[in-house]
Amino acid sequence: MTESITSEPIISIAALSLAYERAGTRNVILADLDLTVARGEFLVIVGESGVGKSTVLRVLIGLAKPSSGTVRLHARPDCRTPMALVFQDARLLPWRRVVANVAFGLEGSGLSKAERLAKAQAMLDLVGLSDLGQRWPHQLSGGQRQRVAIARALAVDPDVLLMDEPFSALDSFTREGLQDELQRIQAATGKTILFVTHDIDEAVTLADRVVVLAGSPGRLAAEMPITVPRPRRRRDAALQEAARQLRMELSNRSAEL
Amino acid sequence: MMALRSTALAAAGLFAFLLFWEAMPRLGLINPAFLPPPSTIPAAFLNEVRLGVWGEAVLSSLSHYVTGLGVGAGAGIALGLLSGMFRWFEAATAWIVRLLRPIPGLAWVPFAIIWFGVQPEAAVFIIAIGVFWIVFFATQGAVRGVDRDLVEVAQAFGFGSPWARLTKILLPAATPGILVGLRTALGQAWMAVVAAEIFGVPGVGARMMQASSLLSTDIVVVYMLTMAALYGLFDTAFVALQGWLLRWRA
Repeated sequence: MTESITSEPIISIAALSLAYERAGTRNVILADLDLTVARGEFLVIVGESGVGKSTVLRVLIGLAKPSSGTVRLHARPDCRTPMALVFQDARLLPWRRVVANVAFGLEGSGLSKAERLAKAQAMLDLVGLSDLGQRWPHQLSGGQRQRVAIARALAVDPDVLLMDEPFSALDSFTREGLQDELQRIQAATGKTILFVTHDIDEAVTLADRVVVLAGSPGRLAAEMPITVPRPRRRRDAALQEAARQLRMELSNRSAEL
Repeated sequence: MMALRSTALAAAGLFAFLLFWEAMPRLGLINPAFLPPPSTIPAAFLNEVRLGVWGEAVLSSLSHYVTGLGVGAGAGIALGLLSGMFRWFEAATAWIVRLLRPIPGLAWVPFAIIWFGVQPEAAVFIIAIGVFWIVFFATQGAVRGVDRDLVEVAQAFGFGSPWARLTKILLPAATPGILVGLRTALGQAWMAVVAAEIFGVPGVGARMMQASSLLSTDIVVVYMLTMAALYGLFDTAFVALQGWLLRWRA
């Protein structure tokens, strides 16, 4: 079931720029960004807030329009929803029960309601919330809500899972639990994951490769493969060394800019 | 304990009110022809029922009420959604709204009679107008207030069309606000029922006018209380429905 990382690119971003004009001033968010994501890769984008990390994901999912540049996606030809996004706040629809929230993206896919709910239940099983399908979102904890959001994104069987600081609003216990969970899910599904965070420890724990976005407008400033084998232990010396290097890299970059 | 206490207080308050009402005409402070004491109301009520007038008037008013409410609320929700969803629609209708909004339902009576005659349709029209604006503004505001983040969720999952946005996000998210407007309309519509029937369309309002011209004030009070009871019934049922529709809320 597990797909290993291949050199075959699934996303190629070339010369991507995004700027908008407000009250006469031009704000440049991203300038000339080149980025390639390999199929099956867990790529983490780190950077300070405001460098346009989230904007990259919003462009990919179609919530933001780039000013120039190209985004090429090499999805499976039969993939109906090539990408799905997990937001920073879970953004569940409060009037739908948990299972119906997970089934949300499957509507209009030609599946019957029973098939949609069955698939949603399977996704809830995958994220460890088998018994909570009939709850309302307000009855869940923050961590559970974020799991539901992950299940909702996985339900549409996307080629690429986009995650926009999905754990940043959670307490550290819950956050570490979900990081482990996400690695397990990726191992089980082989999804390509593009993950945005400003948490360096989170980045090195999760990533096959970390890219640093820095400056204003945001540019690709550095890149670092994390070769520590999985499953990873947080206190692993190699991981801590990677985090140290990444911190240095980041402070060098911000000094330069 | 607190609930019991406040129920007891409420009952005591109502009893004191009735006692005061009974005393005023009995002590000769008010002419009983102007204000019938409450003890005369049950007899007047039974008499109206025996004559078959009560049932007929209530049924006819109910049919005006339900139809007028349905038409007015339906149009209010539909146009409120359009206006809340599309800036161009709101802009195009802004001055029309400003022009028509301040005209009270009663002012439409002459046109209602000219267009529909002294017929149920005329009463329905007056009631619908009374209801329309309340529901229209409640709906428009509720749609405008929907969390944009939720609309993005729909977009992110490929539901970009206005119809998908409406059915998957805007309508369910706006439901609490729309229901508040509907509940206000539920009460407003009873006022409109009386106004609409006073010019002769048979119903509770018409019967009250008849009775008052004969100085049968006890009959007028019978229908006042009838309307209060019907309103109470509808409001209770509506609150139950509202609670069920919004059971997803914390």
